[in-house]
Amino acid sequence: MVPTHYYLILSAILFGLGVIAFVFKRNIITIFMSIELMLNAVNLAFVAFSQALNKLDGQVFVLFVIVVAAAEAAVGLGIIIMIVRNRQTLNVESVNLLKL
Amino acid sequence: MNVPLIVFFVLAAMCIIGAVSLILQRHPIHSALSLIVVMIALAGLYLLMGAEFVAAVQIIVYGGAIMVLFVFVIMLLNAGLEERTNVSKLAGIAGVPLAVALTGFLAAAVARSQDTVQAATQTGATAPTKALANLLFQDFVYPFELTSFLILVAILGAIVLAAPRGER
Repeated sequence: MVPTHYYLILSAILFGLGVIAFVFKRNIITIFMSIELMLNAVNLAFVAFSQALNKLDGQVFVLFVIVVAAAEAAVGLGIIIMIVRNRQTLNVESVNLLKL
Repeated sequence: MNVPLIVFFVLAAMCIIGAVSLILQRHPIHSALSLIVVMIALAGLYLLMGAEFVAAVQIIVYGGAIMVLFVFVIMLLNAGLEERTNVSKLAGIAGVPLAVALTGFLAAAVARSQDTVQAATQTGATAPTKALANLLFQDFVYPFELTSFLILVAILGAIVLAAPRGER
């Protein structure tokens, strides 16, 4: 039996690595993948609490998170295709229309 | 050392190595493959916790559908190596310490609260898929129906966004 806080600490580490990838990467697709990594870290925490508290609600929420992630991936990748079509680049620094 | 703990450490090492590899790889397709490793290892962790259905959904939907979409878009856009710029070095200098601090605070909070979490822990609570289905289709039936509407809207949005300009 693995202690619950092991899972929670692994979840925190994965979330932190996702944040690092988010600020470190310049490729818009990789930034999007780091968001998926953070969502996965949160899912791990949900399942760990669901197991620790002996309730299944956490697993239902994981299913909802996966549905939202799928919808987000579909719309987000459509937006990425639009950006590349308009700007001919995947680098986020050249997408600076809102910058002063 | 018991067997579940060894399995946990192997899978956790796979997760962390995959996530670090996602950051270090410079080609998006390599990052995508690293993310698939993380997701498969997480599915193994869900199995270890007795959440069989969530593990199956993780592999089929995340490792299968979503990552295929990512790989498809990477190949469609012919994405190459990302270039390093001054701004990304600045993000490394300022962002990495902050992210490490965030991880440290989260882990410290978790470690401090471990007594309360541990107190609630009992037997290895297996999650029968039948009980999960009862919960999903009885208590959470309205949110479940709302997600189908969300998927519909997402499909429409993706079609509108990605359609060629003349056909909109």
